[in-house]
Amino acid sequence: MLHWLQTKIFKMAVNGTLPDFSFSPHVDQVGIEERASRFTKRSIKNETKVNGLKLALNMIDLTTLEGKDTDGKVKQLCYKAMHLHDVYGGLPTVAAVCVYPSMVRVAKQALGNSGIKVAAVATAFPSGQAPRDVKIRDTKFAVDEGADEIDMVISRGKFHQGEYNFVFDEIAAVKEACSAARLKVILETGELVTYDKVRRASDIAMYAGADFIKTSTGKISPAATMPVTLVMLEAIRDFYYKTGKKIAMKPAGGISKAKLALHYLVMLNEVLGEEWMNNEWFRFGASSLANDILMQLMKQKTGVYQSPDYFSID
Amino acid sequence: MKFDSARELAPAPESKSAATIKPQYELFINGKFEKPASKKYYHTINPATEERISSIAESNQADVDRAVKAARQAYEKTWKKMPGKERAKYIFRIARMVQERAREFSIVETLNGGKPIRESRDFDVPTAANHFFYYAGWADKLEYAFPNRQASPLGVAGQIIPWNFPLLMAAWKIAPALATGNTVVLKPAETTPLTALKLAEIIQEADLPPGVVNIITGAGATGAAIVNHPDVNKIAFTGSTDVGKIIQRAIAGTSKKATLELGGKAANIIFDDAPLDQAVEGVINGIFFNQGHVCCAGSRLYVQESVFDQVLRKLKDRMETLIVGDPMDKNTDIGAINSKAQLDTINKYLKIGLQEGADMYQSSCKLPGKGFFCRPTLFTNVAQSNRITQEEIFGPVLTIQTFRTDDEVIAKANNTPYGLSSGVWTDKGSKIFNLTTKLRSGVVWANTFNKFDPVSPFGGYKESGYGREGGLHGLYAYVNVK
Repeated sequence: MLHWLQTKIFKMAVNGTLPDFSFSPHVDQVGIEERASRFTKRSIKNETKVNGLKLALNMIDLTTLEGKDTDGKVKQLCYKAMHLHDVYGGLPTVAAVCVYPSMVRVAKQALGNSGIKVAAVATAFPSGQAPRDVKIRDTKFAVDEGADEIDMVISRGKFHQGEYNFVFDEIAAVKEACSAARLKVILETGELVTYDKVRRASDIAMYAGADFIKTSTGKISPAATMPVTLVMLEAIRDFYYKTGKKIAMKPAGGISKAKLALHYLVMLNEVLGEEWMNNEWFRFGASSLANDILMQLMKQKTGVYQSPDYFSID
Repeated sequence: MKFDSARELAPAPESKSAATIKPQYELFINGKFEKPASKKYYHTINPATEERISSIAESNQADVDRAVKAARQAYEKTWKKMPGKERAKYIFRIARMVQERAREFSIVETLNGGKPIRESRDFDVPTAANHFFYYAGWADKLEYAFPNRQASPLGVAGQIIPWNFPLLMAAWKIAPALATGNTVVLKPAETTPLTALKLAEIIQEADLPPGVVNIITGAGATGAAIVNHPDVNKIAFTGSTDVGKIIQRAIAGTSKKATLELGGKAANIIFDDAPLDQAVEGVINGIFFNQGHVCCAGSRLYVQESVFDQVLRKLKDRMETLIVGDPMDKNTDIGAINSKAQLDTINKYLKIGLQEGADMYQSSCKLPGKGFFCRPTLFTNVAQSNRITQEEIFGPVLTIQTFRTDDEVIAKANNTPYGLSSGVWTDKGSKIFNLTTKLRSGVVWANTFNKFDPVSPFGGYKESGYGREGGLHGLYAYVNVK
């Protein structure tokens, strides 16, 4: 593995693609927040709204990440993932179910051949405070259990200490342990605090081999915000400009309303364009978003809001 | 990257029925709407559809005389004697009424001028109301504005405003004049009279003493009659540099005071250490805001050579996402060019640019079949000696040059007869201070662009005019100080 890593870094250095991360572009706080709020001014109506809501449903990583999770709870969640609201008819499923490694096998079995992916949070989620070999072991266990995607956390402490190489190597090592599984790298932006640091961590993650960059664990407040997500989308765009390689994005936590999800999609559409407008390249990490979207879809269809009691809470 | 779907949103039109536009408008003189002595009317149109929306009275010399006389009488009999705190009550009332009828104002502004409803709703109308609020606050505090000195009003102010921000410019002109105790004869632009006439309705409802504000409509001849009127004490003009020069010649040798806010060809400067994505956004807002019909528009972009390719690519991608079309749609970013004449001017410059050998890039958006529209445009491969870099185009057209050193870009930025505004984008504070002291323009924005606030003075160097509007400085233009 070390050999692989060294070769990779060597190749990047030779091609001149591996930047000095202390020179990651700066972000102007006022400017980025103003730009992010501009997306919320778009007025999304009629068929654009319905299509947007269905797309958002299809991009959800339906999540349960609790110490009290049981096999039964996960099975119920998986059933919900496959049958969001059968009354509506013709709805897409969510993109994935996101669970702890210990629940991967249960989820995999429950989802069968539905096409819904199983994502597992690994690497001593959510704090990431464990030695690297434990993180690798955690990742490999989840992959062996059948996880299609791994959501790892970066070592924020090391990042704040300026140990960018440590963070980079760790991500590259976890990527190696993922084999065929796609790797989502959680920056935990609520602990990075500044936009400059979010940008720098995004760059490190992408160059180290992330398939996705993801805002948050959902365990820290603030979780995903529109400006933070915009910083990351712009990092993805710059990476794409430079390397021609697409990276996917996952804002997670704090997105529980359909309207906000539509704002995120407007932002995605205007920053990265329509090639990113599908669940291969964008996800929402959320648990309660689905029901709000369903409620809005029923409202579009019937003209009236229904009671929350009509929507299952699995 | 592909952005077609970002532009293809379902229509989200603002409702026209939320505002009433009368089929015909008269002149607002001495607190009443009166028919013009000329008996003539002209049509005002919606530039997005080319449909006629109302008939507007055309004032002649007799109408101007009547308006000035009314203003003089109101000045002598009531307004100049009224205590500041009483004047303030009227101005506050106007401010509140503009706010209350904000939706109506923004709809009319967009129908008559072609600007996107998002801009008239979020910028023009609220900022206009803020100007009234701000200057209402000064009316009874003039002794603090000019400590240990005595400020007295000038008399009758003749105010001539442009078509790019019709209501906002009316507010910029009327609010400080009233706060300082002057009376007003205001002429809105020929193509965009409707919001000023709506404001006249509010002024009538607000029970402002008759004659304190008179609003008369017409073309250049009406403006000339105001400028040349012997009983006008002050001219406040916003518009083109050519007309500004005519006004200066006309009032030379008279006792009339003047403030002129004229054209511009602002430099927007991006250094390699700038937050590039926000800088690009600032460039977009700087040149495409209000279809580029902005005197302080950042129409000359200077990019440090090392980041030029990156900035250009980002600019082009951002331009692809701009929605050009029906100004009444809430999602429209770029609306209609204000008039056929202005569209012709812009197209003339596009041709000149191509003839000069510059490379033109336009976004791929479709334009509506009817109305006056122009794609957002940028020119590269240009020099200081190109006409498109030198002359004010007043449309959505940006020229881009590169530079290597600070001194070079300062020299190039100042190499223009204009000096209204400029913008600097860098992460380095010392560089900002260096440039702001050396750029010869009335406003220098750092890491932002096109930001306005009633508290902040605005005005030009060189051929961009003189005098300041807004803030404490804006009061000076309307008083004699002893």
